[in-house]
Amino acid sequence: MNLWRDIKGTVQPFWVTLRNMLRRPVTVRYPEQKRTPPPRYRARIVLTRDPDGGERCVACYLCSAACPVDCISMQAAEAPDGRRHAAWFRINFARCIYCGLCAEACPTLAIQMTPDFAFCKDEPLRLVYEKEDLLINDGGKDREYNFYRHAGIGVVNPRGGNDDEYGPVDVKSNLP
Amino acid sequence: MASAIFYILGFTALAATALCITRRNPVHAVVYLVNALFALALMFYQLGAPLVAAWEVIIYAGAVMVLFLFIIMMLELAPASAEMQGPGWRRWGPVLLLSLVILGCTLALLGIQADQDGVPAFWVSPRAFGAALFDQYALAVQVVSFQLLYAAVGAFYVGKGSLRRRTQGEETP
Amino acid sequence: MPEWLITLTLILVKLGLVFFVLLTGAAYLVLAERKLLGRMQLRYGPNRVGPFGLLQPLADAVKLLTKEDFIPAQADKFVFFVAPGLAAVTALLAFAVVPFSPPITLFGREVPMVVCDLNIGVLYFLGLSSLAVYGVALGGWASNSKYALLGGIRGLSQLISYELAMGLSLVPVVLMARSFSLTDIVLAQQSVPFALLNPLAFLIFLVSVAAESKRIPFDLPEAENELVAGFHTEYSGMRFGLFFVGEYINMMILGAMITVFFLGGWLGPWLPPIVWFLLKVLAVAFFFIWVRGTLPRLRYDQLMHFGWKVLIPLSLLNVVVTGAVLLWRQG
Repeated sequence: MNLWRDIKGTVQPFWVTLRNMLRRPVTVRYPEQKRTPPPRYRARIVLTRDPDGGERCVACYLCSAACPVDCISMQAAEAPDGRRHAAWFRINFARCIYCGLCAEACPTLAIQMTPDFAFCKDEPLRLVYEKEDLLINDGGKDREYNFYRHAGIGVVNPRGGNDDEYGPVDVKSNLP
Repeated sequence: MASAIFYILGFTALAATALCITRRNPVHAVVYLVNALFALALMFYQLGAPLVAAWEVIIYAGAVMVLFLFIIMMLELAPASAEMQGPGWRRWGPVLLLSLVILGCTLALLGIQADQDGVPAFWVSPRAFGAALFDQYALAVQVVSFQLLYAAVGAFYVGKGSLRRRTQGEETP
Repeated sequence: MPEWLITLTLILVKLGLVFFVLLTGAAYLVLAERKLLGRMQLRYGPNRVGPFGLLQPLADAVKLLTKEDFIPAQADKFVFFVAPGLAAVTALLAFAVVPFSPPITLFGREVPMVVCDLNIGVLYFLGLSSLAVYGVALGGWASNSKYALLGGIRGLSQLISYELAMGLSLVPVVLMARSFSLTDIVLAQQSVPFALLNPLAFLIFLVSVAAESKRIPFDLPEAENELVAGFHTEYSGMRFGLFFVGEYINMMILGAMITVFFLGGWLGPWLPPIVWFLLKVLAVAFFFIWVRGTLPRLRYDQLMHFGWKVLIPLSLLNVVVTGAVLLWRQG
């Protein structure tokens, strides 16, 4: 019966909406009720430090290259031991779209996303964060990750002169 | 009081009709014609024929003119741009007209309750009108309505014929 | 004080009161609709402005008044200016004939609780609802925008089609009440409201009224996901506000009309008449909001099919049957 089906299809939804009207709304009333976002939530970007307190960033420009809106800019510099770091590092959060591609691209886990999403400002220029604003005294998601003893320092030292590094093997002494 | 309202409405109806036939933009013409019909309806009401007044508004202003407007809008007969140029009265004329109609309405509504001057000489109730229409002149009404039906069917037939010819003409080549 | 001055003052006071109640009612209907729709979708609706969001209508009005009044280039300015006013005024004027309570005695005279008790009240209402088309059509045409024009054309054809069904569904009411005056129609429902006496007419009137007020499921003239905003696409600021307020005033008027024609107006036990009237109007308004939260929009061909092939034949049949029954009972 086509007519019966039509009538049923028109009347039944009324019951559904009425039932829903009497249910509790699922809305979280934000400023009063705050919800902790999950740890992997993508919001404000930070620069982390390694367990020894040194900067993890090696100014490789991968994050700034990966950024689809070009909101990351920096200037690389080199320490006397060949260790690279960022002379200045700037993220314009007014442009950032919080896609997390920079964190994906980072080879040293230096740039990371945090769940802190409520940091809007009344003036766009105050959303431009410099290196001092971005650096935190923590390792972020992987505190044990300590990379710079092993890599990131250039070839200034002779081979075998770095931590945990063997000297070159003389292949001739290796003969059977 | 009643005669003052009558003159206001009469002037409005005449002016609106004159403006209607001099407009280049068909939509404006329709709006003026509606204006005139509205003023006529109020005059009918004042003359003691409330049913005719209501029909004037419902049928003419509310249905026939709406269909006119519909056709004009569908076929885009109206020019796309309409500059409001020329002397000041062309800009303020419509405003004045509309205010006159509103004034007439208000006075008519107030006048009916406020004093006895507004009550016309004779008053045809809807019941008396209906009785005359469907009792006394029943045959004439039937004949006229059949005529209208013939006209509608004839128009449909003629329109369909031309449509068929056109589609056939498109198919043959 | 001369007699006529008292009468005039009473009329003006009545007018002002009705005007005030209608506008406030329309404003708060917007809030109620947003709240109820929110609850139906498991949200709260507006709750920020004032306690429970009660000052939201005020905030909306301030926002609309301070917004830029934008006029499209090439628009037909005069018609563009007048159309929103037409939409709101035709809605407001229709309330003049609605009786909301039996006459009361004031200053030793009987004051009818209706702005103007016309003896052709039903026809007055029909006439104004047919004039309401012009606001939509002229607004859509004058904007000189294709979406607005399409919305206006849709509005025109929809309103003409459903007006017929609406008028025809009122014929049985007039037959049963034997009068065009709304007060007499209410008084004819002393024993049984017409909604129970003639449920078919009630249903047809309900559906065609929903179509007349351009609300979901009949909101084709402003179908926002096809036509941006339909006939008021190009309107902004208070002109848009007038269209918006007009729609809600219209909803209240139509609620009042359903109440008067089918639900027995102010009649009801225990409570004072005016409370009964308001309760019934609000119940109808709630029903419209409920429908909006429930049903999807019709397609255009479904709309026309339903109007012309279902509602009009049904209402014609209803007129014939009701007339026959009334004649038979008269003997």
